[in-house]
Amino acid sequence: MTASDTNIVTLENVAKHFGAVRALDGVDLKVDAGECLGLVGHNGAGKSTLMHVLAGTLSPGAGSMGIRGHDLTGSYNVTAAGENGIRCVFQELSLCPNLTVAENARIFHPSLTGWGWKRRAGAMIRDKLDEIFPGHGIHADDVVGDLSIGKRQMVEIARAFTTTDTPLHLVILDEPTSSLDAHTSKQLLDFVRKAVGEGQSCILISHVLGEILTYSDRIVVMKDGLVVASRAGSDFTRDTLVAAMGNVVEMEEIKEREARDVNRDHAPLVIEARSDTGQDSVPFVAHKGEIVGLAGLASHGQTAMLLKIYDAAMRGRNTATVSGPVALVAGDRQTDGVFHLWSIARNIGVRSLRNMVRNGLIDPAAEAEMGREWQERIKIKAPDMNDNILSLSGGNQQKALFARALASDAEIILMDDPMRGVDVGTKLEVYDLIRAEAQKGRTFLWYTTEMDELYNCDHTYVFRDGAIVADLSRGDLSEEKVLQSSFKASA
Amino acid sequence: MRAYLTSPRFLRAALPAASFAILLAAIFYVQPRAMSYFGMNLMLQYTVPIALATIAQMFIITVNDLDLSIGPFVGLTACIGATLLADTPVLGLLALLACIAAYAALGALIHWRNLPSLVVTLGMSFVWLGIAVLILPTPGGTAPGWVKAIVGLKTPLVPFPIIAAIVIGIVVHVALMTSSYGAVLRGAGGNPRAIGRAGWSLLKIKMVMYAAAGFFGVLSGLSLIGLTSAADAHIADRYTLYAIAGVILGGGEFVGGRVSPIGAVIGAMTLTLTGSFLTFLKISPDWQIGAQGGILIIVLALRALINRREG
Repeated sequence: MTASDTNIVTLENVAKHFGAVRALDGVDLKVDAGECLGLVGHNGAGKSTLMHVLAGTLSPGAGSMGIRGHDLTGSYNVTAAGENGIRCVFQELSLCPNLTVAENARIFHPSLTGWGWKRRAGAMIRDKLDEIFPGHGIHADDVVGDLSIGKRQMVEIARAFTTTDTPLHLVILDEPTSSLDAHTSKQLLDFVRKAVGEGQSCILISHVLGEILTYSDRIVVMKDGLVVASRAGSDFTRDTLVAAMGNVVEMEEIKEREARDVNRDHAPLVIEARSDTGQDSVPFVAHKGEIVGLAGLASHGQTAMLLKIYDAAMRGRNTATVSGPVALVAGDRQTDGVFHLWSIARNIGVRSLRNMVRNGLIDPAAEAEMGREWQERIKIKAPDMNDNILSLSGGNQQKALFARALASDAEIILMDDPMRGVDVGTKLEVYDLIRAEAQKGRTFLWYTTEMDELYNCDHTYVFRDGAIVADLSRGDLSEEKVLQSSFKASA
Repeated sequence: MRAYLTSPRFLRAALPAASFAILLAAIFYVQPRAMSYFGMNLMLQYTVPIALATIAQMFIITVNDLDLSIGPFVGLTACIGATLLADTPVLGLLALLACIAAYAALGALIHWRNLPSLVVTLGMSFVWLGIAVLILPTPGGTAPGWVKAIVGLKTPLVPFPIIAAIVIGIVVHVALMTSSYGAVLRGAGGNPRAIGRAGWSLLKIKMVMYAAAGFFGVLSGLSLIGLTSAADAHIADRYTLYAIAGVILGGGEFVGGRVSPIGAVIGAMTLTLTGSFLTFLKISPDWQIGAQGGILIIVLALRALINRREG
């Protein structure tokens, strides 16, 4: 075997600066054929920038790039990446919502032209979906905009693995499981192992450390734009990996925490609701000061329940009993969360405008003050709160959305899987914040697809096919029980 | 099957055709004599230029832009057609090609400098009008004989405007909705970054779409003088709003690359018919524009209702 057969990518001393921000500060990275490389690091460590460099969408400011034995420094771009069989699934979805699944597959393959291209593209993406996600329920003629976010992610992943005229060598998956439930995540990761076994390579970026530890041959840790560790996956444990990332606090710690001392009998009832299915085993209830979890497979009615409660509280619909104003923290940040054209401070203040009105106008001083206060309280990393919200990293954007809800007069906070693609450090900070606020008497309803987060909750309702199938108290909670309830129908 | 027929996706696609059919039925009810070859021909003859201008606007809307100059542009090409093209065909043809090239250049400029299309095309509308006035200071000129011959074609059984509308709709549908490059072009309206990341040139896409708009603008101008025989710089000023309304009536949306060529043609036909309908109802022309707006609002409200059911 020659070097070009075994080596897919060799980066040497690659750097990329955005103004004063050193996103990449001299990175060396090698990916060999038939290797699954796990890449971890905080948000802002430079992982996404590195991926954009590999995908050809950003050209590095310095350093050399060797792709399959050829020196492509300076001439590497999206087309060259495609010719060399390097694909990337970006964290923010790269599908066209107005096109069908088949048409989106065609976008990726310039050679898919001529008579019958739609049929061929459709068959190609359908076969790949069947291979990776058996039982996916997606049709090639479905318009992508009509699909749920989880299904969209499945389409995007499957698309990256389709091939036409050029062989596939490396697929980069940036947070591929962030919108997938536990079941489909496992399908994907098992498929990745199979593809790697057949000689393809894969770079897996994830904040779920368990996935990285279980599925990677080698783990690369990034911090502040540098690679700080690169060792075989078996050399790491959860603790050493977290230590390498520079995280002092441990996720496990949350599990150890004792259930908070909330007495259900004495705290007043603030929410009572039922799903539309009429098949709930128990009604959904929440008491003042509780953190209530909504669990189960993705899109099995959890978001619908949150929206129902929101409608009841804010739009006066008679769908549920809710006492007190509510605020919603969106999970799909870019679609439902941030106002793209507004500053950070304005994005935080928008839920509280009524309290900031003076003489019929918004008081800019009050708005700026609220921004400053919350920047301080939850440590939003921004030089100036008047900067555009999109100048923040994903984790900090999410913090701003939390600040929006917490700064408001809402007594009940609804959270729609808000931690998608947020790094561990930020998560731990937000968990503490939620517990502190709950202690002060706020009620949190928390839909999450991550098992670990449920350990923050006093009560967890498991959803299946739109109905509540189980109510687990903090003491009863275990991963097995949640999974058992989520899958009962199919077993 | 029944589920499909009541699905929001189907209802949304069927709405333009349904509005057209209802309007046509209403016309036949009020004025049964319109239900003839001659009547249909008369009512729908201006459909052809309006449909072509609507298609031109639709190309621009597909890539999330808006063209406020299509009316004056159609006026300019009409003036060129009635003067240069009639007198010196080669020079006239070159002038029309230059118009299309200018549109492609506008697309390139808008993409390259990331300018708002509204501002650029609003400015250009005065440029087109100015050139048209220079070419033809007073109404006049003569349409070339072959243009008149094509537009005045007497087709058997079905009047020419209807056949022309069907052909326009199908040709553009095949090019934009079913061809493989058409998917890329529409994708550029849905998620331009994704298209760029997949290795397509957004500059080329914008230029192709603007050039296509220019081409259909030219066809619109020529078919218009085929009907009127003479031209005037202001002949098509109203077309800008007609074209936008036609695209939206036909199920298109201002952003996101969601358009329908067949819908757009039907939308243009609906707009032309409203004029006749209101005349048959003996409503004074002063009220016609307002009444057209009313019909537009009703159709859009229906669409909003369908969308709400979906969401």
